[in-house]
Amino acid sequence: MAEVAFIIIAAITLASAFFVVFSSNLMYSGVALFFTLFGVAGLYVFLYADFLAATQIMVYVGGIMVLILFGIMLTNKIASTDLRQANRGRFMAGLSAFILFLLISAIAVTTQWHTGSPQFLDTTVAKLGMMILYQYLLPFEVASILLLAALIGAALLSRKK
Amino acid sequence: MYTDFAPILIFIFFALLLIGALFVLQNIISPKQNKGGDKLNTYECGEVPEGSAWVKFNIRFYVVALIFIIFDVEILFMFPWAVVFQKVGLLALVEMLIFLLILIVGYAYVWVKDDLSWVKMTVRYGRGRYAPLQKKGSDS
Repeated sequence: MAEVAFIIIAAITLASAFFVVFSSNLMYSGVALFFTLFGVAGLYVFLYADFLAATQIMVYVGGIMVLILFGIMLTNKIASTDLRQANRGRFMAGLSAFILFLLISAIAVTTQWHTGSPQFLDTTVAKLGMMILYQYLLPFEVASILLLAALIGAALLSRKK
Repeated sequence: MYTDFAPILIFIFFALLLIGALFVLQNIISPKQNKGGDKLNTYECGEVPEGSAWVKFNIRFYVVALIFIIFDVEILFMFPWAVVFQKVGLLALVEMLIFLLILIVGYAYVWVKDDLSWVKMTVRYGRGRYAPLQKKGSDS
Protein backbone atom coordinates (compact mmCIF):
# COMPACT_ATOMS: atom_id res chain seq x y z
CA MET A 1 0.00 0.00 0.00
CA ALA A 2 2.73 2.44 1.00
CA GLU A 3 4.77 1.44 -2.06
CA VAL A 4 1.85 2.18 -4.37
CA ALA A 5 1.34 5.57 -2.77
CA PHE A 6 5.05 6.31 -3.05
CA ILE A 7 5.14 5.41 -6.74
CA ILE A 8 2.10 7.57 -7.48
CA ILE A 9 3.49 10.57 -5.58
CA ALA A 10 6.94 10.19 -7.14
CA ALA A 11 5.37 9.94 -10.60
CA ILE A 12 3.32 13.10 -10.04
CA THR A 13 6.40 14.94 -8.76
CA LEU A 14 8.58 13.89 -11.69
CA ALA A 15 5.93 14.48 -14.35
CA SER A 16 5.11 17.96 -13.11
CA ALA A 17 8.82 18.75 -12.74
CA PHE A 18 9.35 17.81 -16.38
CA PHE A 19 6.41 20.02 -17.29
CA VAL A 20 7.97 22.95 -15.39
CA VAL A 21 11.15 22.61 -17.42
CA PHE A 22 9.70 21.88 -20.84
CA SER A 23 6.56 24.01 -20.92
CA SER A 24 7.03 27.03 -23.14
CA ASN A 25 4.50 29.11 -21.20
CA LEU A 26 5.85 30.62 -18.03
CA MET A 27 2.44 30.67 -16.35
CA TYR A 28 1.86 26.95 -16.94
CA SER A 29 5.35 26.25 -15.60
CA GLY A 30 4.50 28.13 -12.43
CA VAL A 31 1.30 26.19 -11.87
CA ALA A 32 3.06 22.88 -12.56
CA LEU A 33 5.67 23.81 -9.95
CA PHE A 34 2.78 23.80 -7.47
CA PHE A 35 2.31 20.06 -8.02
CA THR A 36 6.04 19.42 -7.87
CA LEU A 37 6.40 21.11 -4.49
CA PHE A 38 3.33 19.29 -3.21
CA GLY A 39 4.78 15.97 -4.36
CA VAL A 40 8.07 16.74 -2.62
CA ALA A 41 6.09 17.24 0.58
CA GLY A 42 4.62 13.78 0.04
CA LEU A 43 8.11 12.35 -0.40
CA TYR A 44 9.16 13.93 2.91
CA VAL A 45 6.40 11.94 4.59
CA PHE A 46 7.96 8.77 3.25
CA LEU A 47 11.27 9.84 4.77
CA TYR A 48 9.53 10.14 8.17
CA ALA A 49 10.04 13.89 8.17
CA ASP A 50 6.49 14.87 9.04
CA PHE A 51 7.30 18.35 10.28
CA LEU A 52 9.37 19.04 7.18
CA ALA A 53 6.44 17.94 5.04
CA ALA A 54 4.14 20.37 6.84
CA THR A 55 6.78 23.08 6.42
CA GLN A 56 7.00 22.33 2.71
CA ILE A 57 3.24 22.69 2.32
CA MET A 58 2.97 25.84 4.41
CA VAL A 59 5.98 27.77 3.20
CA TYR A 60 6.62 26.52 -0.33
CA VAL A 61 3.17 25.54 -1.57
CA GLY A 62 1.36 28.23 0.41
CA GLY A 63 3.85 31.07 0.30
CA ILE A 64 6.74 30.83 -2.15
CA MET A 65 4.46 29.50 -4.89
CA VAL A 66 2.15 32.51 -4.60
CA LEU A 67 5.20 34.76 -4.62
CA ILE A 68 6.49 33.11 -7.82
CA LEU A 69 3.12 33.53 -9.52
CA PHE A 70 3.03 37.16 -8.37
CA GLY A 71 6.52 37.56 -9.76
CA ILE A 72 5.37 36.24 -13.13
CA MET A 73 2.26 38.41 -13.09
CA LEU A 74 4.22 41.52 -12.10
CA THR A 75 5.96 41.43 -15.45
CA ASN A 76 4.45 43.75 -17.98
CA LYS A 77 3.58 41.66 -21.00
CA ILE A 78 2.31 38.51 -19.39
CA ALA A 79 0.11 37.30 -22.25
CA SER A 80 2.33 38.42 -25.09
CA THR A 81 4.36 35.98 -27.11
CA ASP A 82 7.80 37.38 -26.26
CA LEU A 83 7.47 36.17 -22.67
CA ARG A 84 8.49 32.62 -23.46
CA GLN A 85 10.52 30.26 -21.43
CA ALA A 86 13.38 29.43 -23.72
CA ASN A 87 15.66 26.47 -23.17
CA ARG A 88 18.88 28.00 -24.38
CA GLY A 89 22.26 26.38 -24.01
CA ARG A 90 20.92 22.85 -23.79
CA PHE A 91 24.38 21.32 -23.80
CA MET A 92 25.71 23.27 -20.82
CA ALA A 93 22.45 22.82 -18.91
CA GLY A 94 22.48 19.10 -19.56
CA LEU A 95 26.11 18.86 -18.52
CA SER A 96 25.59 20.70 -15.24
CA ALA A 97 22.46 18.67 -14.53
CA PHE A 98 24.40 15.47 -15.18
CA ILE A 99 27.21 16.54 -12.83
CA LEU A 100 24.64 17.36 -10.16
CA PHE A 101 23.03 13.98 -10.74
CA LEU A 102 26.41 12.23 -10.29
CA LEU A 103 27.03 14.21 -7.10
CA ILE A 104 23.67 13.32 -5.59
CA SER A 105 24.04 9.66 -6.60
CA ALA A 106 27.49 9.56 -4.99
CA ILE A 107 26.04 10.97 -1.77
CA ALA A 108 23.11 8.55 -1.91
CA VAL A 109 25.39 5.55 -2.36
CA THR A 110 28.01 6.46 0.24
CA THR A 111 25.63 7.60 3.00
CA GLN A 112 24.92 5.16 5.82
CA TRP A 113 21.14 5.15 5.65
CA HIS A 114 19.21 4.50 8.80
CA THR A 115 17.54 1.13 8.32
CA GLY A 116 15.63 0.07 11.37
CA SER A 117 12.04 -0.74 12.07
CA PRO A 118 10.58 2.59 11.05
CA GLN A 119 6.92 1.74 11.52
CA PHE A 120 7.20 2.39 15.25
CA LEU A 121 8.61 5.88 14.80
CA ASP A 122 6.60 8.50 16.62
CA THR A 123 5.75 11.96 15.35
CA THR A 124 8.79 14.22 15.43
CA VAL A 125 7.11 17.50 16.35
CA ALA A 126 7.34 17.06 20.15
CA LYS A 127 11.01 16.10 19.96
CA LEU A 128 11.71 19.11 17.76
CA GLY A 129 9.96 21.31 20.29
CA MET A 130 12.10 20.03 23.16
CA MET A 131 15.22 20.48 21.07
CA ILE A 132 14.56 24.09 20.12
CA LEU A 133 13.69 24.95 23.71
CA TYR A 134 16.76 23.38 25.33
CA GLN A 135 19.50 22.05 23.08
CA TYR A 136 19.24 24.48 20.19
CA LEU A 137 17.89 27.54 21.95
CA LEU A 138 20.49 29.96 20.62
CA PRO A 139 20.07 28.93 16.95
CA PHE A 140 16.33 29.22 17.48
CA GLU A 141 16.60 32.81 18.70
CA VAL A 142 19.18 33.64 16.04
CA ALA A 143 16.71 32.33 13.45
CA SER A 144 14.38 35.06 14.64
CA ILE A 145 17.03 37.70 13.91
CA LEU A 146 17.58 36.11 10.50
CA LEU A 147 13.86 36.38 9.80
CA LEU A 148 13.91 39.99 10.98
CA ALA A 149 16.75 40.79 8.60
CA ALA A 150 14.89 39.05 5.76
CA LEU A 151 11.70 40.96 6.54
CA ILE A 152 13.35 44.38 6.64
CA GLY A 153 15.45 43.61 3.57
CA ALA A 154 12.45 42.40 1.58
CA ALA A 155 10.35 45.40 2.58
CA LEU A 156 13.18 47.78 1.75
CA LEU A 157 13.90 46.27 -1.66
CA SER A 158 10.30 45.93 -2.81
CA ARG A 159 9.21 49.40 -1.73
CA LYS A 160 8.20 51.68 -4.53
CA LYS A 161 10.52 54.63 -4.66
CA MET B 1 3.63 7.74 11.50
CA TYR B 2 2.41 6.69 8.06
CA THR B 3 -1.01 6.11 9.56
CA ASP B 4 -1.13 9.77 10.65
CA PHE B 5 -1.01 10.77 7.01
CA ALA B 6 -3.50 8.18 5.79
CA PRO B 7 -6.50 10.51 6.36
CA ILE B 8 -4.86 13.12 4.12
CA LEU B 9 -4.40 10.57 1.35
CA ILE B 10 -8.00 9.42 1.73
CA PHE B 11 -9.13 13.04 1.64
CA ILE B 12 -7.19 13.75 -1.56
CA PHE B 13 -8.49 10.54 -3.12
CA PHE B 14 -12.12 11.36 -2.37
CA ALA B 15 -11.70 14.97 -3.49
CA LEU B 16 -10.43 13.78 -6.88
CA LEU B 17 -13.12 11.09 -7.06
CA LEU B 18 -15.99 13.47 -6.30
CA ILE B 19 -14.81 16.11 -8.77
CA GLY B 20 -14.31 13.43 -11.42
CA ALA B 21 -17.75 11.99 -10.70
CA LEU B 22 -19.33 15.41 -11.17
CA PHE B 23 -17.67 15.82 -14.55
CA VAL B 24 -18.82 12.37 -15.67
CA LEU B 25 -22.34 13.04 -14.40
CA GLN B 26 -22.69 16.36 -16.20
CA ASN B 27 -21.33 14.75 -19.35
CA ILE B 28 -24.05 12.09 -19.14
CA ILE B 29 -27.06 14.28 -18.39
CA SER B 30 -26.23 17.41 -20.40
CA PRO B 31 -27.56 17.64 -23.96
CA LYS B 32 -25.03 16.75 -26.62
CA GLN B 33 -26.17 19.45 -29.05
CA ASN B 34 -26.42 23.16 -28.34
CA LYS B 35 -22.82 23.49 -27.19
CA GLY B 36 -21.01 26.42 -28.63
CA GLY B 37 -20.88 30.15 -29.02
CA ASP B 38 -21.42 31.96 -25.74
CA LYS B 39 -21.76 28.71 -23.83
CA LEU B 40 -18.06 28.05 -24.26
CA ASN B 41 -17.22 31.51 -22.98
CA THR B 42 -15.67 32.12 -19.58
CA TYR B 43 -18.35 32.47 -16.93
CA GLU B 44 -18.02 35.74 -15.08
CA CYS B 45 -21.30 36.04 -13.17
CA GLY B 46 -23.20 36.83 -16.35
CA GLU B 47 -20.95 39.64 -17.46
CA VAL B 48 -19.18 39.53 -20.79
CA PRO B 49 -15.55 38.75 -19.95
CA GLU B 50 -13.13 41.46 -20.90
CA GLY B 51 -9.52 40.83 -21.78
CA SER B 52 -7.17 38.25 -20.39
CA ALA B 53 -7.17 37.10 -16.78
CA TRP B 54 -3.39 37.37 -16.80
CA VAL B 55 -3.19 40.99 -15.86
CA LYS B 56 -0.30 42.88 -14.39
CA PHE B 57 -0.50 42.77 -10.62
CA ASN B 58 0.00 45.72 -8.38
CA ILE B 59 3.36 45.61 -6.61
CA ARG B 60 1.60 46.01 -3.26
CA PHE B 61 0.42 42.40 -3.41
CA TYR B 62 4.03 41.33 -3.74
CA VAL B 63 5.14 43.31 -0.70
CA VAL B 64 2.33 41.90 1.43
CA ALA B 65 3.10 38.37 0.21
CA LEU B 66 6.75 38.83 1.17
CA ILE B 67 5.80 39.97 4.66
CA PHE B 68 3.35 37.07 4.88
CA ILE B 69 6.07 34.49 4.16
CA ILE B 70 8.26 35.80 6.98
CA PHE B 71 5.44 35.42 9.48
CA ASP B 72 4.51 32.09 7.92
CA VAL B 73 7.95 30.80 8.88
CA GLU B 74 7.54 32.32 12.32
CA ILE B 75 4.27 30.41 12.83
CA LEU B 76 6.04 27.19 11.79
CA PHE B 77 8.45 27.59 14.69
CA MET B 78 5.49 27.88 17.02
CA PHE B 79 4.08 24.44 16.15
CA PRO B 80 6.75 22.31 17.91
CA TRP B 81 6.78 24.87 20.71
CA ALA B 82 3.03 24.59 21.24
CA VAL B 83 3.21 20.79 21.40
CA VAL B 84 5.66 20.79 24.33
CA PHE B 85 4.43 23.99 25.95
CA GLN B 86 2.58 22.26 28.80
CA LYS B 87 5.55 20.10 29.64
CA VAL B 88 8.08 22.94 29.79
CA GLY B 89 5.90 25.68 31.23
CA LEU B 90 7.06 29.22 31.97
CA LEU B 91 10.49 28.77 30.41
CA ALA B 92 8.92 27.97 27.05
CA LEU B 93 6.74 31.06 27.30
CA VAL B 94 9.73 33.32 27.97
CA GLU B 95 11.79 31.80 25.16
CA MET B 96 8.98 32.20 22.66
CA LEU B 97 8.34 35.76 23.83
CA ILE B 98 11.97 36.66 23.09
CA PHE B 99 11.59 35.05 19.66
CA LEU B 100 8.41 36.99 18.98
CA LEU B 101 9.70 40.30 20.34
CA ILE B 102 12.59 40.26 17.89
CA LEU B 103 10.15 39.70 15.02
CA ILE B 104 7.71 42.31 16.28
CA VAL B 105 10.48 44.86 15.69
CA GLY B 106 10.20 43.94 12.01
CA TYR B 107 6.43 44.22 12.17
CA ALA B 108 6.70 47.68 13.70
CA TYR B 109 9.19 48.61 11.00
CA VAL B 110 6.90 47.72 8.10
CA TRP B 111 4.00 49.37 9.90
CA VAL B 112 5.83 52.64 10.49
CA LYS B 113 7.27 52.61 6.98
CA ASP B 114 3.72 52.40 5.55
CA ASP B 115 4.14 49.03 3.82
CA LEU B 116 0.95 47.71 5.36
CA SER B 117 -1.40 50.56 4.50
CA TRP B 118 -3.29 49.74 1.35
CA VAL B 119 -4.34 53.25 0.40
CA LYS B 120 -1.25 55.38 0.20
CA MET B 121 -1.87 58.97 1.23
CA THR B 122 0.15 60.94 -1.26
CA VAL B 123 -1.84 64.14 -0.70
CA ARG B 124 -1.95 65.68 2.74
CA TYR B 125 -5.47 66.90 3.29
CA GLY B 126 -6.18 69.95 5.35
CA ARG B 127 -3.25 71.99 4.13
CA GLY B 128 -2.84 74.67 1.49
CA ARG B 129 -5.35 74.44 -1.33
CA TYR B 130 -6.74 71.17 0.01
CA ALA B 131 -7.97 72.81 3.21
CA PRO B 132 -11.57 73.24 1.93
CA LEU B 133 -11.70 69.50 1.14
CA GLN B 134 -11.11 68.70 4.77
CA LYS B 135 -13.90 71.02 5.86
CA LYS B 136 -16.34 69.41 3.45
CA GLY B 137 -15.32 65.88 4.47
CA SER B 138 -15.46 66.24 8.24
CA ASP B 139 -18.64 67.72 9.60
CA SER B 140 -17.56 67.88 13.20
